[in-house]
Amino acid sequence: MAHDSSDDTRPLADALCRALDLAEVADVRQLSGGASRQTFTFTATGDDLPARRLVLQRERPGGTERAVGVAAQAAILRVAARAGAPVPALVDHGDDDGIGGPWLVTEHVEGETIARRILRDEEYRDARSVLTVQCAAALAAIHRIDCTSIELPESDDILLDWRDLMDGYGHPHPAFELAFRWLADRRPPSVRRGLVHGDFRLGNLIVDGSGLAAVLDWELAHVGDPIEDLGWLCVNAWRFGGSEPVAGVGRYDELLDAYETASGVAVDPAHLRWWETFGTLRWGLICITQSEAHRQGRHRSVELAAIGRRVCENELDLLELVT
Amino acid sequence: MTHGQPHDTPTAAELVEAAREFIEGELAASVDGRLAFLCRVTANVLATAQRELVLGPAQAIAHAERLGSLGFGDDVELAAAIRSGELDDRLVDVTAVVRAAVIDKLRVANPAYLERSGVGVEPEVGHGDDNPAGAAP
Repeated sequence: MAHDSSDDTRPLADALCRALDLAEVADVRQLSGGASRQTFTFTATGDDLPARRLVLQRERPGGTERAVGVAAQAAILRVAARAGAPVPALVDHGDDDGIGGPWLVTEHVEGETIARRILRDEEYRDARSVLTVQCAAALAAIHRIDCTSIELPESDDILLDWRDLMDGYGHPHPAFELAFRWLADRRPPSVRRGLVHGDFRLGNLIVDGSGLAAVLDWELAHVGDPIEDLGWLCVNAWRFGGSEPVAGVGRYDELLDAYETASGVAVDPAHLRWWETFGTLRWGLICITQSEAHRQGRHRSVELAAIGRRVCENELDLLELVT
Repeated sequence: MTHGQPHDTPTAAELVEAAREFIEGELAASVDGRLAFLCRVTANVLATAQRELVLGPAQAIAHAERLGSLGFGDDVELAAAIRSGELDDRLVDVTAVVRAAVIDKLRVANPAYLERSGVGVEPEVGHGDDNPAGAAP
């Protein structure tokens, strides 16, 4: 859905002009709008700068319980860029400034985010062949970041936290109980703690003809075992129908070899499988959370309602992983 | 399905089907972009409801029988027993029961997922297409 700078986006354009001290903001288009966040692109013109395309991320206050705020996201974008991770350059951020919620503005990065196109279109054929190695290198860079100065969530017991979330909804899921028991019996040794992106997968990555161009969507960043990010990238839902386990395009051994080359950290395949299993369970619980946002009236949406009936897909995937 | 009920035809499943056909056909053809996407999502939701109306009653009986074979009355009891560890020495039987229930849920929610996963499934009413509700959170 695209809006041009008609009357309905004029107040937003004016607010952006003031907040970013720009001469002109034009061609405001909404890219997406979810329960917790909306994304827009716009053309910015400064007094002595040529026109450039920027991206606004605007949060709905109280939209997502577990999300980190824009200040922390901005801090991460700064240190991630310095660490060599491909991220969009930060322009500015603020709490409201007439924009209508906490906001973050970055440079626009050309490329594609829609998984279906990245996995199937001819123009991404070369990108697909290098994407696994590039994702491993980007994750290694992210995991090297010293995030001690940034206020980020950190869980004492990730299984307990997610079980509590499930219990809060009051729907029994025997398949999830089997997965929780499997995970509890096989916890990997938590030798390394560091920055975890938290949602590193197709859909949140900008891919161009030569591969990974930028890592987006840092609002689920937290401190934890970095291998969580590798496991999440292998979750069946994030293969989008692709035949290979890593983002639909890569093999497990390719991912682990490239990650070891880039980070110096050798990862046991069983460690990766634990996090893939946890990630599959987590996505199932996020599906419940999203459908509950609809059911409880926080965000009425047929799309969110539909997601509730995707939970059984995760249950089947989990049974394949734990039996 | 109207046997034992006072209602006339079309049946509830047939009404849902009619609504789905309108959305998939005339409505979807007259919009584009986000509205076209939401038409696909809505048609899928109605296809799920239609399949549940047709398959649900028999699935409920089969589900109760499977739970009964383990000595449980509902999923709440089964979930609690798995969590407590009391079923740890019967996990093969328990997993088979849980798996059968998950397959029944997918027969209603997304039969195409079973085919992709290599789990056998007979043709059902409606059609599970590529589930466009698979958008990012």
